[in-house]
Amino acid sequence: MSAMIECEGVTKAFGGIVANNEITLEVPEGRITGLIGPNGSGKTTLFNSIVGYHPVDAGSIKFEGREISDLRVQQIARLGLLRTFQQTRIYSKMNCVDNMLISVPHRTQTYRTMFSKYPPEVTERAEDLLEFVGLYEKRFLISGDLSFGQQKLLEFAMALMNEPRLLLLDEPTAGINPTLINGLIDRLRRATSELGVTLFVIEHNMPVIMGLADNIYCLANGRLLAHGPPEKIQNDQRVINAYLGAHYYLDSD
Amino acid sequence: MNTRLRRTLPYAGLLIAGIAAPFLFPDYTFQFTVLWVMILFALTWDILGGQMGYNSLGNIAFFGVGMYICAVVQIGLYYDVAQYTASYGAVKVEFTAEQYFTGLAVGLIAAGLGAMVFSVILGWVVFGLRGPYFAIGTLGVALSAGELTGAWDYVGGGGGIALPIYPGEPDDRSLFFYALCFVLAMILFFLLRWIYLGRFGLAANAIRDDEEKAEGMGIHTMRYKTVGWAIAAFFLGISGALFGNMIGFIEPLEVAFPTVTFGLFMVVMCLLGGRGTLWGPVIGATLFHTFKEVTWTYLLGWQWVALGALIVVSVVFFQQGIVGWVKEKWPEKFGIAVDDRALAETEPDLDEAPSQRLRRQTEAAQ
Repeated sequence: MSAMIECEGVTKAFGGIVANNEITLEVPEGRITGLIGPNGSGKTTLFNSIVGYHPVDAGSIKFEGREISDLRVQQIARLGLLRTFQQTRIYSKMNCVDNMLISVPHRTQTYRTMFSKYPPEVTERAEDLLEFVGLYEKRFLISGDLSFGQQKLLEFAMALMNEPRLLLLDEPTAGINPTLINGLIDRLRRATSELGVTLFVIEHNMPVIMGLADNIYCLANGRLLAHGPPEKIQNDQRVINAYLGAHYYLDSD
Repeated sequence: MNTRLRRTLPYAGLLIAGIAAPFLFPDYTFQFTVLWVMILFALTWDILGGQMGYNSLGNIAFFGVGMYICAVVQIGLYYDVAQYTASYGAVKVEFTAEQYFTGLAVGLIAAGLGAMVFSVILGWVVFGLRGPYFAIGTLGVALSAGELTGAWDYVGGGGGIALPIYPGEPDDRSLFFYALCFVLAMILFFLLRWIYLGRFGLAANAIRDDEEKAEGMGIHTMRYKTVGWAIAAFFLGISGALFGNMIGFIEPLEVAFPTVTFGLFMVVMCLLGGRGTLWGPVIGATLFHTFKEVTWTYLLGWQWVALGALIVVSVVFFQQGIVGWVKEKWPEKFGIAVDDRALAETEPDLDEAPSQRLRRQTEAAQ
């Protein structure tokens, strides 16, 4: 099992606040890896660093063995490394099918294909993926008019349309109605098992992430606190303390 | 067949109206010509302003650049431009018919290409700006382009240039320019219809809705913006060249770079008709131009007030523009509806058909 993402000593500070402090972690191919930690622990900052949203202060980030910390967002996306946003972001004035169509992989796009139409198999794939997330009937609606949960599903489908090798999901179940969550978890698993997409997931919902991930990393105050399989993380006293805000006592132990 | 006919009808109507207009109302040929120029203004502005959400207030610069490039080419092919402009028309220069048409043809092409090159260089500088900063930045470019041209003696400075005189009857002349403007507007209209239906249109809309997301999905945003602006500049450059020749005399502030009149009209026409739609700019330009001409004739003295009132009403009550308002009122006519047929079918089997097809596609892709 080779590592898809290898972060080594990644550090990122905003002024005096060190959001990521020498984070070293690996995301293995073909698996679902979780990233947890209390609010403000630096999870989203790490995601932003990986996808090239901002330069890192120190450390190296490798994607499939290739250094990507000096590439820009679009270049990284075209390599097949994609992220979804915590505040769902879709093209809100376009309908769902158009949202899907414009999300095709852009690595092979040239000046000539800018003006071309979409072949029928691309439209078919877009509709299949919309059906996969349960939005097929609403495919001609303006995406901004969908409910928040549906927009989240659409964003997930758009990411799959891009045929990524690795997908970073920032709180995929936040704001989704509890009855839909099971369906979503099932889709996430199938994205990995059937479509071959490796997932790296930030999640606050503990039952969800414990059931979903093969391996979990826990951040606290910008540092890597613990990592291991869900059972181990669940019973790790440091993780429990971090979530309950008891880690100051821990330091004095 | 029936729906197909109904869909083709507006396009056919536009073509027929364009061909018939100067023959039905020969007295208004000049007005119709200006109308096509207005439609060109609105359509070119809408590529970035409507489809991509980049509100440029400086597109008029491409119009002026094209106008001046064409004039310099037309004269420069046969005479020394500096000498020609220094004489302020005191030296009578004659152009033969052949010289006139050759000069115009070469000049129009040079105007389009020159404006395009200008837009690419300019885009490289200003596309880093977003929102209001982009609008103000481009406005500054247009204003300074006018002032700079006015201070440049080679092209006649503030005194302007008299263009070669059309070798023929005045009626032929107006028909000639009408035909050129009409054909140019139609080429642009059908070109835009074609590219808006494909990848370009979707990418433009994606940039408008959320540029950061578009970047995150790997879309070549800079490329789409540059190409969109280059298309606008190409057609505006040629429009400027044609308009300059129609007027016969060009000068920097009122004719070539009229930032506060034509430069703003193109924005208002798009807002009125419905930005980000294909027909919006055409409808907006037609209404705007008609309204403007009627008030200029019957409300003289109050014409600017009437125009201002129109702008206020359209911005306050029709923010989506006419086409946008119709779209909002009857969304199902535009295909924006829940697919009842799919809904009526039994609950789609999520575990079977689609996922198998997806898996097959994924395997084929790898």
